[in-house]
Amino acid sequence: MAGPPDLLDLRLVFVTGKGGVGKTTVAAGLSQLAAEHGKRVLVCEVDAKGDVTSLFEASPTDFTPREIAPGIWSMSMDTEASLREYLKLHLRIPVVGRIGPLAKAFDFVATAAPGVREILTVGKLCWEVREAHYDIVVVDAPASGHIIGQLAAPQAINDLVKVGLIRGQTDWMLDILSDPRQTGLVAVCTPEEMPVNETLELVTRVREETTVRMSAVIVNRVLPELFSLREEKVFEQLREPEVEAMLSERAGGTVTPVLEAARLAVTLRRTRSVHLQRLQAGLPEGLPVLLLPYLFARSFGARTTRQVAYALGEELGL
Amino acid sequence: MTTTSDGEQKTVGRLLAAKDIVIACGPGGVGKTTTAASLAATAVVEQGGRVLVLTVDPARRLADALGLKGIGNDEVRITDDVFAEAAAHPRGELWAAMLDTKQSWDDLIRTHAPDDETCQQILANPLYQNISGRFVQSHDYIAMERLYQIHCEGKYDLIVVDTPPTRNALDFLDAPQRMADFFSSRLLRWLIVPYRSRLVNVASRPFYQVADRILGTQFLADISEFFILFQSMYSGFIERAEAVTRLLSDRRTTFIVVSTLEATPVREAEFFSSELTARKLHLGAIVLNKVLPEYLRDPNADKLAQSMQARAAELTDGLTEDPAVAARVVDEVAESFLNFGVVARREAEQQAELKGAPDVLVTVPFYDADIYDMSGLLRLGAQVWG
Repeated sequence: MAGPPDLLDLRLVFVTGKGGVGKTTVAAGLSQLAAEHGKRVLVCEVDAKGDVTSLFEASPTDFTPREIAPGIWSMSMDTEASLREYLKLHLRIPVVGRIGPLAKAFDFVATAAPGVREILTVGKLCWEVREAHYDIVVVDAPASGHIIGQLAAPQAINDLVKVGLIRGQTDWMLDILSDPRQTGLVAVCTPEEMPVNETLELVTRVREETTVRMSAVIVNRVLPELFSLREEKVFEQLREPEVEAMLSERAGGTVTPVLEAARLAVTLRRTRSVHLQRLQAGLPEGLPVLLLPYLFARSFGARTTRQVAYALGEELGL
Repeated sequence: MTTTSDGEQKTVGRLLAAKDIVIACGPGGVGKTTTAASLAATAVVEQGGRVLVLTVDPARRLADALGLKGIGNDEVRITDDVFAEAAAHPRGELWAAMLDTKQSWDDLIRTHAPDDETCQQILANPLYQNISGRFVQSHDYIAMERLYQIHCEGKYDLIVVDTPPTRNALDFLDAPQRMADFFSSRLLRWLIVPYRSRLVNVASRPFYQVADRILGTQFLADISEFFILFQSMYSGFIERAEAVTRLLSDRRTTFIVVSTLEATPVREAEFFSSELTARKLHLGAIVLNKVLPEYLRDPNADKLAQSMQARAAELTDGLTEDPAVAARVVDEVAESFLNFGVVARREAEQQAELKGAPDVLVTVPFYDADIYDMSGLLRLGAQVWG
């Protein structure tokens, strides 16, 4: 069986994961990597926290894409602006002057009929893919709990709305979303219990409830293996009280905190590797698992984004 | 940590002793669920009484260990032998319930529906099924609604609530009000009028023309049917939503913001704290999880690690059988210390900058193992308790 297409050859990549695992960091790193490979990238933040742009040391963007780094444009999703554009471009409804009340009404209907709001988000993204202003659209998507609703929205609308203009609009979106050569979903997690559980659950739900294909699972914050087996034995020897005391004497200060920190690093790594193994065992065969190292960084910005891009490139064999 | 006027130190333990409802909130992925469970368990051991933890989605391993496998909306008592296994003696009862959104909505409809026929029609309406099953924001509302319901039943001395993961940590605070606004909206009446009287007035005609074109008439009819059915429950719903809002700002309710010191969560936690204050809700404590140990920031240890790295061979000479390996190990160890030191200092900086910190601010160390049973919960609880 042929593996999934290369991540950078996709046209639309959704990056999701449990809250706090580093979705935005990965979305930024992936955008950076694509740009380094000569692609024109649109990175779209759906939750509008302004974090993507800060990872490129740029100020926040709005609904209109702006180039924030060479080859990288950024935009933030805004459903009202999306509605305005939608009505104008797709339905040719001249409502420019009356968008306020209409948007309010739409907002209201959207509250009652889930999928209506999501369709505006997914619709805009698919439209950008169709218009091909960019080679690849990277989406800093909602957390895994919410992404299913978003990806399944066109189908849900298809089920709910039997006729009308919206109905006619969902077919081409489904075409893009269901095409594994164009659209892929990347799940980000950390090697910890809950993120791994949520990722395994997500992979199943994506298969059962959406038409979108999983492209990769990216495990973020993987701690380095400090020692080989032989080194670990020596490390244990160094921690024996007399040896440690002698080491302290020679070093001219107590080495206990330094050794203790290494022990913490080793046990953390060990607890986490159990979850990593569980993840790998639970994922379907052929789905790539990419590992990103824990970044011991002072702050998160353009520098760490480049580090993530580099690590991703290494993992993808680019 | 500060002290009160009578000289007593403020702790999480004292906070919990003085409140009826504790709402654990904050960004995702910081250990909110575990912290909530641990607070409830510790309260039972330390203070006694009947304590309920209302949780959203505990780690399977933890749920299994507590004997909560497959529990739903119903409250389940955690047996004393679970405490006994952790060598702990509960002075009261620990209960747990998980939030089943769909079931909670159905229960709510059954309570408020004027008659059985309306109830059945609503439950069968495709829009209702969508709202109760898929509508993300409905989790937020239903969590608060369940809290209110349980609170009114008056069976517990303390209720600890783990809030559902939301796009925006504040969503659940606004949810009751939004629900009330939604059902009392003028737009709602607009939508229903033509299907009730078959008379479209001049003001709403353009809206219908556009809405018809976009959504299709059938869909609008579905919406209308749904709202007409729901109308019979409006006053009950609005009243209820307002009561839930009141409960959140009640004196007996407190909020505990849970976070880690990583950049994004800590910023969200900060925003959350200031919003709670702005809304005059009681911010009782901030709990910072997974904080790296203090010794990593010790400047002397930092200098020592640097010199250890430079003098690795000399320091290990003759210490072990294999000097080359020992030198490499010391180099690795020192390097690792310096690496973690960078992160620990970044975190400490972030903690110092934490604005609007409440009276109680607790840090919990980075445990080297997962918390998956009662003794783990109580160990965490002891750290937080103060």
